[in-house]
Amino acid sequence: MKLSPTWLREFVAPKIDDRQLADDLTLAGIAVEGISGEGEAMVFEMEITTNRPDAMNHYGVAREASAIYSLPLQWISPKLPAAQGKTEFRIEIEDAAGCARYTGRILRGVTIRPSPQPMVQRLASLDQRAINNAADASNYTLWEMGHPTHAFDLDWLEGGKIVVRRARDGETLKTLDGIERRLTRDDLVIADAKKPVALAGVMGGFDSMITERTKNILIESAWFDPVTVRKMAKRHGMHTDASHRFERGADCGATPLACDRVAELILASGGGQLEGGVIDAIAAPRQPLHIELRRAEVTRILGKQLGDEEIINILTRLGFALTLEDYGWSVQVPSWRLDIEREIDLIEELARLHGYDKFENRLPAYVGSVIELLDAAKDAKLRATLLALGYNETISLTFISRHDAAKFSPTSNAVELTNPLSEEASVMRTSMVPGMLNMLAYNLNRGAENVRLFEAGNVFEMKGSKVDQRKTICLGVTLEDLKTNLLEGHILDFEDETRKLDVFRSFKGDVEVLLNRFDCNPLRYEARTTGYYFPGQSACALVGEVVLASFGQVHTNVAAARKLRQPVFVAEFDLKELYRHGLREPRYRALPRYPAVERDFSFVFADAVSFEAMQDRVEALHIAELRSFVPGPEGIYRGADVREGKYSLLLRATFQSGECTLREEEVAQWSAQVIQALQELGGTLRSS
Amino acid sequence: MLYTVTKLTDYSERALLEASLRVRLVLKSEWRVVEQTVINPDLPSAARQKALKDFRDRWLGRKSGLFGQMNELWLKNAPPDRKKDVGQLVNQLKQRDLLQIEELVEKGSFFARQSGEAVRPFNSDSGLQQETLSRIESLLQNLDSFEIEKLYEIARQEFSIDVSEALQSDGNPKERGVDISLPGNRRPLGAEHPVIKTMNEIVAVFRNLGYSIEEGPEVETDYYNFEALNFPPNHPARDTQDTLFIAGQDAKVPRDRLLLRTHTSPVQIRSMQKMKPPLRVICPGKVHRNDAPDATHSPIFHQVEGLAVDTNITFCDLKGTLDHAMKALFGSSVKTRFYPSFFPFTEPSADMQISCIFCDGKGMRDGGPCRNCKASGWIELLGCGMVDPNVFGFVDYDPAKISGFAFGMGVERIAIMKYGVDDIQLFFNGDVRFLEQFA
Repeated sequence: MKLSPTWLREFVAPKIDDRQLADDLTLAGIAVEGISGEGEAMVFEMEITTNRPDAMNHYGVAREASAIYSLPLQWISPKLPAAQGKTEFRIEIEDAAGCARYTGRILRGVTIRPSPQPMVQRLASLDQRAINNAADASNYTLWEMGHPTHAFDLDWLEGGKIVVRRARDGETLKTLDGIERRLTRDDLVIADAKKPVALAGVMGGFDSMITERTKNILIESAWFDPVTVRKMAKRHGMHTDASHRFERGADCGATPLACDRVAELILASGGGQLEGGVIDAIAAPRQPLHIELRRAEVTRILGKQLGDEEIINILTRLGFALTLEDYGWSVQVPSWRLDIEREIDLIEELARLHGYDKFENRLPAYVGSVIELLDAAKDAKLRATLLALGYNETISLTFISRHDAAKFSPTSNAVELTNPLSEEASVMRTSMVPGMLNMLAYNLNRGAENVRLFEAGNVFEMKGSKVDQRKTICLGVTLEDLKTNLLEGHILDFEDETRKLDVFRSFKGDVEVLLNRFDCNPLRYEARTTGYYFPGQSACALVGEVVLASFGQVHTNVAAARKLRQPVFVAEFDLKELYRHGLREPRYRALPRYPAVERDFSFVFADAVSFEAMQDRVEALHIAELRSFVPGPEGIYRGADVREGKYSLLLRATFQSGECTLREEEVAQWSAQVIQALQELGGTLRSS
Repeated sequence: MLYTVTKLTDYSERALLEASLRVRLVLKSEWRVVEQTVINPDLPSAARQKALKDFRDRWLGRKSGLFGQMNELWLKNAPPDRKKDVGQLVNQLKQRDLLQIEELVEKGSFFARQSGEAVRPFNSDSGLQQETLSRIESLLQNLDSFEIEKLYEIARQEFSIDVSEALQSDGNPKERGVDISLPGNRRPLGAEHPVIKTMNEIVAVFRNLGYSIEEGPEVETDYYNFEALNFPPNHPARDTQDTLFIAGQDAKVPRDRLLLRTHTSPVQIRSMQKMKPPLRVICPGKVHRNDAPDATHSPIFHQVEGLAVDTNITFCDLKGTLDHAMKALFGSSVKTRFYPSFFPFTEPSADMQISCIFCDGKGMRDGGPCRNCKASGWIELLGCGMVDPNVFGFVDYDPAKISGFAFGMGVERIAIMKYGVDDIQLFFNGDVRFLEQFA
């Protein structure tokens, strides 16, 4: 809202400059967000909170200033000529809940013409366009004292009366903006004897608007129910200066004053005369509200004792009336302060005008222990591990497209938004993968080849009528980055230029390191993943039948559809499942005192035989002294003397005893067992 | 002048040490001479064998060997109270050095045998020379630095040789250094996201004040996001929240309808439902608004919400707590200032500003107006207030007996200010060029 300090000073005259005025108002909660212009033309950009409709006008802000500076306030008191005779015009309120009061005046013989220049300029300074002297008088009054009013062309009103009632289904009304609106029983309308002529508190009707031909005018100054107006405005997709104020609460006591002010302004610029006196229909009389204000409660909430004199001063200046009681005061609330309903509201008024900065800064004493989130240690451990592994932490949007939801989580029932930001963001993410792929693509499109990211966040799914929120971690790496981070000593497949195996192992290594933070045994890996993973280059990690993580290369089809310039790898950890396992507690094992013995076996296997199968066989031998069984450094070999469909692999067994130095015969015997087990698996020992 | 063992007149510890050093220095320098003969392939094997044998006899000969003489001249003449020390010294010399000479001699004859009786010369590059040198090196290594210094001094004074130079010339060649100015090879380290880092820092400040950590769901009901926070149905204050709604909720009563939480304040309600006062909680989390993304808006962002409820909480405590927290976050010179605001769930409500951390609250920087605070000297940081009694009503707390304060701040806003980020979208697109700046 815009505010002219010059206009404000017509009501109160603080002896400080406008910038100081702006600061002082802000510190009292009437926030001046910006200042433009200089001198007479200076304009404040106000940010009035929704609870203070009474301050959304010049007079209201002046009232605050008079309280802040303890200065007298120049009241608005319209001077009207004597009325001519009586008026037959009637106002009937059918819906008392929707309209508590309707005040009107009839003007006759008015000349409609442009408003006088000072008014036009004043309105222009607030970005208000001048229309004609009648419409401008209503608008001027709105900005001056905040109460919305309306001027009807009296000659368009049939039946000599106004009825405030619910619309009838099927009724229509063309509003001032020229739009034909279909009305329902939910709409509160101003009607004449036959038809609706205005949407109550929102906008007047097109046909009854003031034009150059208008001679006779009905001024409407009413009080409409905030919820009724708000629902109506929403339903019709309208937001007007009037509805903005009625929604927040107008002053029921101000209707005659506003009505008179508009009449005064029109008569001054357009001539004419008043027909009869004010017509004031009151459907729901308001009794002034009285609130108990206890001295002790003021101190309990604010932590500082305010003197009686200051309390009385502040509240009186704001328009409250105080009666001394033994507990404190009985406070009568002025009709314009709809936000003041309880004692705490009065306490806020006291704090506000006393000045927030005059309250001492104190740290309260407290006895109690800090309770961490249930999974805080696990979250922190995973995060620290990922950062150490070189993954950059990211946050992506929580929304994905319907298409991605179907593609990346075909079995999930996605959570749809009523008012999404875009088609691409129409459902809550059911998977972190689309967001991760977007981020990888974003980087690849900007020339970054080495990208390593992770995101921890929630995925969402509709479960019955509830939304299920699951904590997930998603990793994403480009092939190039996995390649540059290959550990030289761990390269197994020298033959394959693409380093397929080694790249996969490098990524699997990260997955293993993360899982290894937890006590999840026995962990196994299966080459089973969903459709967006590349078969043969992806796997899942399970305990029992529960999948803790899925990982591997993203399917080339998916990568192509997203125009990814490189193969990328992703991993997803289901934290709900993973966190069922505790963090692994390290345990000390006595350091070996006797030397270890290594034995290498060079074997040829059919492609179908996995390392896991070999490992299972060898572990099944239950050789207590077998410390490890891993592929040796010579790696995998294919071709030349190895037949098609087979591969040669060096396997290294390490034996060690905690009790004695191993004897050659023992090692030889175990080696023979290992060889036999591997031969049973179809392996052929190569002559060494 | 050949070294001979002479009687000792002084049996002090220092004199004994000097004597023993002298012996070992002589041993080393004599070996160096003998060595020239022993390893010279041009000499007849017999001559080389003889040189080695002579060396052994001189030192270890049963009667006249130098070690034997030490026994005779030093040990036997030692005063009774020093006998033990002298014995230990001589024994040490034997254990450490004598045995090595024996080995050298053994080795020499071994090689001699291997290479044939008289004619076959030693192989010049055989292990012998290397081994000999390294043995002597190891003699020196057994000395501590004080002894070495002493040794060098004696060598210079009595034998006019500079041992350290000799050692360097025939020992290891001086190593070529590396170019230490070349950049190190760095292992890639993941970067903390600036928003999460900032959020964790804020939480840590309040954890240190005794606040427990709480979280709530990102998808909330109307009840928790609005109603229990004293936003009545159809209240215009709801308009300020730009809510994203979940579809398909029309069949439910309004308070059960689902939406994306627009602030972390619902966690206040959840915490109070779960716990009885006194309580202090700090609630970090993600929130959503129907705001189209641009440089200053994002449909997702993060907030940290705080709540303290007790029998004695006042407005002064609210101010003091936040003032303390801001000093902890931004430095002790930061000032805070509060002014009235409106939130349905607090009363009195306040907005808090901190003195601009860029211009120290002066409003001017580098001779011009400070851009960060628009020359005001203040930066708006958070909203706060005393918990509204109506809110206590929703969670069955008795507002007549207890009171509390609550506050909430936007994390991105603080991170943007802290790191000087100029576009909020940078936080959410995963650009490694941005993220790696925070590693």
